[in-house]
Amino acid sequence: MAFASIHVPDFSVQSIARAEVRADVCGEPALRNRAIALVDGNPPIEKVVATSEGAARAGIQLGMTKSQAEQFRGVEIRSRSRAQERAAHAALLDLGWSVSPRVEDTAPDTIVLDLAGLASLFGSTENVANQLARRAAGLGLLVNVAVSSNLEATIHAARGFPGITLIPTGKETVRLGRLPVGVLSPSVETIETLERWGVRTCGALSALPLLQLSERLGQEGVRLHELARGASLRSLVLAEPSICFEEEMPLDYAVAELEPLAFLLGRLLDQLCARLAARSLAAGAIRVRFDLERSPEKHSRSLDDNPHSKPTPGIYEKVLSLPVPMRDSKMLLRLLRLQLQANPPPAPIVKITIAADSARQRVAQGGLFLPDSPDPEKLELTIARLTNLVGDSNIGSPELVDTHRPGEFRMSRFIPSRDESPLGRKSREAATAFRAFRPSLPVKVELRDGHPARISFRGMRGQVIAASGPWRTSGDWWREDPWQHDEWDLEVQFLFSPAIRTERTAASCPQRGLYRIYYDAIRRNWFVRGIYD
Amino acid sequence: MAQNLAALRAKVEFDLRGRASAPFDYRGHKLIEIVSSGIPEIDFLAGGLPRGGLTEICGPPCSGRTSFLLSALASRTAHAEACVLIDGSDNFDPHSAAAAGVELKQLLWVRCRNIEQVLRATDLLLQGRGFGLIAVDLSDIPAETVRHVPLNAWFRFRRGVEDTPTILVVLNQEPNAKTCASLVLRLGSEPARWSTTMETPAAGSFAYPFAWLLDGFDVRAEVLRSRIQPVAAARFHNGIGAACADGDTGIFETKAIGE
Repeated sequence: MAFASIHVPDFSVQSIARAEVRADVCGEPALRNRAIALVDGNPPIEKVVATSEGAARAGIQLGMTKSQAEQFRGVEIRSRSRAQERAAHAALLDLGWSVSPRVEDTAPDTIVLDLAGLASLFGSTENVANQLARRAAGLGLLVNVAVSSNLEATIHAARGFPGITLIPTGKETVRLGRLPVGVLSPSVETIETLERWGVRTCGALSALPLLQLSERLGQEGVRLHELARGASLRSLVLAEPSICFEEEMPLDYAVAELEPLAFLLGRLLDQLCARLAARSLAAGAIRVRFDLERSPEKHSRSLDDNPHSKPTPGIYEKVLSLPVPMRDSKMLLRLLRLQLQANPPPAPIVKITIAADSARQRVAQGGLFLPDSPDPEKLELTIARLTNLVGDSNIGSPELVDTHRPGEFRMSRFIPSRDESPLGRKSREAATAFRAFRPSLPVKVELRDGHPARISFRGMRGQVIAASGPWRTSGDWWREDPWQHDEWDLEVQFLFSPAIRTERTAASCPQRGLYRIYYDAIRRNWFVRGIYD
Repeated sequence: MAQNLAALRAKVEFDLRGRASAPFDYRGHKLIEIVSSGIPEIDFLAGGLPRGGLTEICGPPCSGRTSFLLSALASRTAHAEACVLIDGSDNFDPHSAAAAGVELKQLLWVRCRNIEQVLRATDLLLQGRGFGLIAVDLSDIPAETVRHVPLNAWFRFRRGVEDTPTILVVLNQEPNAKTCASLVLRLGSEPARWSTTMETPAAGSFAYPFAWLLDGFDVRAEVLRSRIQPVAAARFHNGIGAACADGDTGIFETKAIGE
């Protein structure tokens, strides 16, 4: 049995660096390679809570105030971000689950994996450790990995030794001996006591006699003694795989333009898609939420109007539903951009949150004899572009509604299937097609013996040479918009005066036509519903 | 002179070696795949609809263009091909299409308000690829407006559909695509057919309009232009030409389907 522990050193700093601009994009040194100090607390009493190696070398110490830290040259001061830490922790867990189904969530910066049964997939434990380090780098984290047959020993080794550490079975005491006792997380009083005794390493602690140690330090001493020897035994406490994929980014300055916003969204989508890929999942929908900047004028105006009313939060939310699960961050960014171009946020953005509804990856099996069909991802992009062009309600697949109301239909999402109807299309005569006028055109009708004899609409006048009707329909009397129509099919011969008939009007004005008109008994007027073509 | 020409030709071929294999040879005619339009008379007349080409269907209102379009859509959607209708005036009637056999779930309907939207939508859909049939309905857009569509737009559409399995059909009042179209058909209608339940229609029987039903009308189709050489000449059993000549005409019937 073997366990692997993954520890993220300088976790708070790395979680900030993970969300920062990549060095190879901006040409600046990566954030993790710069001197950074994180401050936390309520202004003006903000204190340094974490530093990078560079900042520590420059002299920044934990507990310094922000103003003290700002005195140091070359050190960047950033605010601690719990949102980024949560996202980095979630990414760490996804990394664990991408390798092993048994993962313990030991601490925000440390997880432990059970490596049992992974030899056939990944080979030796060294390969597993290398794989974990490589995948962590893909998620934007530099980690320490330790492998041992003792669970607690792996945790302490990962926390104490940089890079990859492999501890052979039975050698835990020797390998842990060099680590400081602080790695075992003793209490403050115990640390002071051990300091007074001159016991500074795990090796020195493990060399102490157990009975005497227990007399002086009690059960904690016994526990620390076992941990220092790598002999402590306990079971893995399994963590439940999370199905929440969310990334947040609070912004230092409000963003109003689409271009910089798209850059930030791309960054977050890269991280999100990397986490989905680690779990072999894809996104079925993307949920975007922007916290908007509240303008001071609006805020004071709203308070003046009604001091007791709560100010409305500035939130902008958008859901991008995908026809098939996707994991291509560039495609998702294009789709989001098109949506935001069509419906831009009403105010500058101060915080971005993106979440993905996870789904299984699409498995497509092509067929030799199936007809060509649009690629679902390209089709979604094309439809998004067309939606921007013609509007959301003017694109889709028409769907008939179960009603007798004439011309009723709705637009639904276009999802073509590739299943050919089993009997194919029955050969049939060409049906007489109908073209509807939307809205129906008002028409003047001259009646003779109760039948339409002449009609005029759209600047055209015609004689009715054949008619069929009236065909009476009505319905929806229980609604606010009932209908009652008397419909006629008419064959009309149009009349043109020589003065207005030109070569051009002859092409667009038919000499003869087949129309459907109706008398609307509720509006008491005649309309042309459409033309047979 | 002949020697100079030969020398010049040799020099050009030498300079273009590796980039163009035979720069002075005419490209052989490609065999074009043709599919049924859903109307046997049209298939007999014109061979069918060419894949990878632009087909123009023109005619005045009530000439049968939409009936032709619905037959083509029904034929393609029945074979599980995804189709698109770019509707220039929002005149498409889904009920009529369903009655004609169009599988509406396989049809993407783009409802445009003006010709600029139509042209842009056509470009986007041709770039998207994968569709069996893309129909552009310009029937109710004024002819003067369609005449002002620049020729390079038609050329762009032709290039966009070339070497793809997509059929591009444009409905117009008059032909506009000129040489960019592989097939141009002009439609015109004959007088409508009416049927009655009266055993002996009385004189002036349209005095009883409730006794008559619209049966449909005949459509006269004329091939104005065709570049099609059908793949399977064997389809024309009585050997009526592998390619129809311009000016050939045929008639098909449309049937009104009760709702």
